[in-house]
Amino acid sequence: MIELSSVTKTFNSGKPNQFTAVDNVSLTIEPQKVTVLKGPSGSGKTSLLTVIGCMARPSSGRIFLRGIEAALKYQQESDGQVEITSLPESFLNDIRRDTFGFIFQQFNLIKGISVLENVMLPAYPSGESRNDIRCRALELLEMFSITRHAGQRVELLSGGEQQRVAIARALINNPSIVIADEPTAHLDSKLSYEFMAIVEKLKNAGKTIIIASHDPIVFDAALTDMLIEMRDGSIVESRKRS
Amino acid sequence: MIMHPAALALLATALLVSGMGVHAGYQGMRILAKWDIRSGSELQLELERKTYLVSTVMSNILVFQLMSLFLYIYTADSLYPLFTGAMCAAGSLNANSFGYPVLSLKVLNFLLAGVWLIVNYADNKGYDYPLIKIKYELLNLLIPLLMLESFLLLGYFAGIKPDIITSCCGSLFSHESGSFSGEIAALPHIPMKIAFFSGIALTFVSGLFFFFKGRGGTLFSVVAILTFLVSAAALVSFVCLYFYELPTHHCPFCLLQKEYGYVGYAMYATLLGGGVAGLGTGVLMPLKKHGSMAQIIPPLQRRLALVTLFCYLLFTLIASWKMYFSALRMG
Amino acid sequence: MNIVFERHLNILDFTLSSLLRRKGKNLSLLTMYLMVIFMLASLVFFVTALKREAAILLRDAPDMVVQRLVAGRQDLVPTQYADSIASIRGVNGVRPRLWGYYYDGLNGANYTIVADDYMASSPESAVIGNGIARSRSMVVGDLLPLISYDKAPLMLQIRSILPSESDLMAADLIVITSEDFRTLFKFPTGLATDLAVDVGNPKELATVAAKIAQQFPDSRPILKSEILRTYQAIFDWRGGMVVIILASALLSFVIFAWDKATGLSAEERKEIGILKSIGWSTSDVLLLKFWEGVVISLTAFLLGVVLAYGHVFFLSAPLFAQALKGWSVIYPDFRLSPNVDGYQLAVLFFLTVVPYTAATVIPCWRAATTDPDSAMRS
Repeated sequence: MIELSSVTKTFNSGKPNQFTAVDNVSLTIEPQKVTVLKGPSGSGKTSLLTVIGCMARPSSGRIFLRGIEAALKYQQESDGQVEITSLPESFLNDIRRDTFGFIFQQFNLIKGISVLENVMLPAYPSGESRNDIRCRALELLEMFSITRHAGQRVELLSGGEQQRVAIARALINNPSIVIADEPTAHLDSKLSYEFMAIVEKLKNAGKTIIIASHDPIVFDAALTDMLIEMRDGSIVESRKRS
Repeated sequence: MIMHPAALALLATALLVSGMGVHAGYQGMRILAKWDIRSGSELQLELERKTYLVSTVMSNILVFQLMSLFLYIYTADSLYPLFTGAMCAAGSLNANSFGYPVLSLKVLNFLLAGVWLIVNYADNKGYDYPLIKIKYELLNLLIPLLMLESFLLLGYFAGIKPDIITSCCGSLFSHESGSFSGEIAALPHIPMKIAFFSGIALTFVSGLFFFFKGRGGTLFSVVAILTFLVSAAALVSFVCLYFYELPTHHCPFCLLQKEYGYVGYAMYATLLGGGVAGLGTGVLMPLKKHGSMAQIIPPLQRRLALVTLFCYLLFTLIASWKMYFSALRMG
Repeated sequence: MNIVFERHLNILDFTLSSLLRRKGKNLSLLTMYLMVIFMLASLVFFVTALKREAAILLRDAPDMVVQRLVAGRQDLVPTQYADSIASIRGVNGVRPRLWGYYYDGLNGANYTIVADDYMASSPESAVIGNGIARSRSMVVGDLLPLISYDKAPLMLQIRSILPSESDLMAADLIVITSEDFRTLFKFPTGLATDLAVDVGNPKELATVAAKIAQQFPDSRPILKSEILRTYQAIFDWRGGMVVIILASALLSFVIFAWDKATGLSAEERKEIGILKSIGWSTSDVLLLKFWEGVVISLTAFLLGVVLAYGHVFFLSAPLFAQALKGWSVIYPDFRLSPNVDGYQLAVLFFLTVVPYTAATVIPCWRAATTDPDSAMRS
């Protein structure tokens, strides 16, 4: 479970172009559920995702992780809850690498190297042997039926295939939480539905899923458990679906 | 001033090292002044990033420092034919009053840079930046020494005047009074032998005690450092004689030459490695009480103590092996 | 331990594939790097080899040479000096030497002529250096005509040609008998070019030299160690001067490297952003950059050193020879004996790799601290 308490993220503070992307947001994200952040572009969805995903430290406010294994060694009290905003970057990074998988709007695959290598990349710094990483990567490619592209350079794939590579990459470290930022922005409807099918599979596999999107295919989907609507950096509405 | 390529390389390196050191020190000062771990402000994030820069710079400095120490000795060795009466590096370093101070500073700076990196390593293991202030205060201690070293190095090379043939006569007569001793003063060998072997034995006793009981770290560190100094003196006083198989050549530098199988590198590496680890153990002692360090420092200190013991053991083995098998016998 | 090792291996693997992907940029950097190392390595190898040649040359030289100065200029030494010097305690023997230079109008070269009754055993015969043999295309048995000072030709039969082992000085050497020498130069009897003094105990050299200088105020005793020292100082000085000249090349390379490292392409910046966003930490990217530096430096260093080795020892350093060796028409073809040691490589390392590393520390750190969320904002 992730708990945000009055989190604010300000850019260029103290300068004329200062702006607040996330403004005093408090929110709880339930484990093994699909949470969707909805809102127009510029509403602070992406910034909030980076804060939730331990990618960026908030300018103020606190974030608590509960029941997340990678964070347990840093707990200050014995209630299984870890406050992460004051952790040094390297520790935050360890937590992030083991806990979160990211799927980006632009896919953010590295051009010029093979599909397989792209999928393996997040696991390199963990110090696992390459053989183990390769086995897991091949399993994931198998799961998303892109095994035949494994040796191909990633830029030669179609958009839908590239996204599946990106999803496979997000799962290589076996994260408990998957974060997706506008995952369907570059997909047609058919591929968007396919993506949602994958999300369902992940949910059934017990992953927590957080998606930022303004695509109805995503936020109207039946598998969405929690819908949070944002505008100008604040939450305007949040409702649970059952 | 001499224009030897190696002298230029050493000078350039010294300048780079002090330049990098000054930059690291400047960043350290900013960190000291503005650090606020509770804050998520952009300034704090930037300072946290700067800590990476400082550690990277310092690891570079440590490596350059170690390599330039050997290059310095080697260069002194290749310069000795320039001086009347010099037989090896020991003589070249005596060519003016800067030679030996530079050497001592190089060793000292290596030890301090090593200790700094040990403290830095411990600090990076803690999730609450426990040693951040101490670390950068230590850094500010080291920077002036690095600068002093560059300055003295410049003085050394600038002050070298080779005794070359002049147009009127051989150099001999212009240099009649200026001929200097090429040898290093050495302490008598029997007391030094006793001091060396008891120093090593004491280090082992206190080290093993510390390793198993977790107490007496300061004592161990002090003993290790004293043993470091005694070993260096012992090297000059009697260890080297067994290698050269000459009863009078008290030179710690010729050991680095091919004629002696480059054994000097192994001996200096073990001695310096043991010294850094031993000194590091002691410096970490008072830092235990800072935040998360209570869990991190004790196992690290144990490891360091082991490193010291291992290095000193190797050093002693090499020295005793040669003392036993050398053709030289001393009364 | 294994985890640390695997982490390095994984990151090194990615480093190599990244370097290969950006061939163009890295090749230009590598070429510059290689050139700088090549130049400096050639220089260091060449200077060291020259010093070594000089040392070989002086190995057989007498411990002390006594010259005579007249009005501050070197003059011929009366041979009776030799007898008085021989009587100084500690002196084992004194040998008057005859040697000089001969200008050969045919190929514009200066020969060194040395009288040695032992080597050139019979009149009108000579032993010559292989530089002369080459330039005059002569073999053993040929006749070498020299014009004496009274314009009469002196025909010398070549008895043997000196081996090329120590070529620096022997290349232009002609050894003839002392009688031929006196004929050739109309050299006055009772005088010699200088005196070679043999002293049994090297520790007494200085004392003996002082005694000679006292006894003959117009004499100048020179010790072998002094010659050696002067040679070394001169070669070191020349080497250092060339390093200073090359420093501008080195500096421009360092600026180039710094610029390359700072001016990351948008592509690279994005790539590091991606790596950070998918879980690489700052230390991981620093490690990536560290390995990148190691791979580039090592490649440039090895290639540069190998090329310099060929340049100096197989091609006789055409780029530096004129500046460093001295001047002579005879020398061009002489070849140095290969000799490279760790010390020379260490000097090179300090002149090239250390400045490169220092120049790239800050740019690498800057790249490594790219915000992980930058990948989400592009």
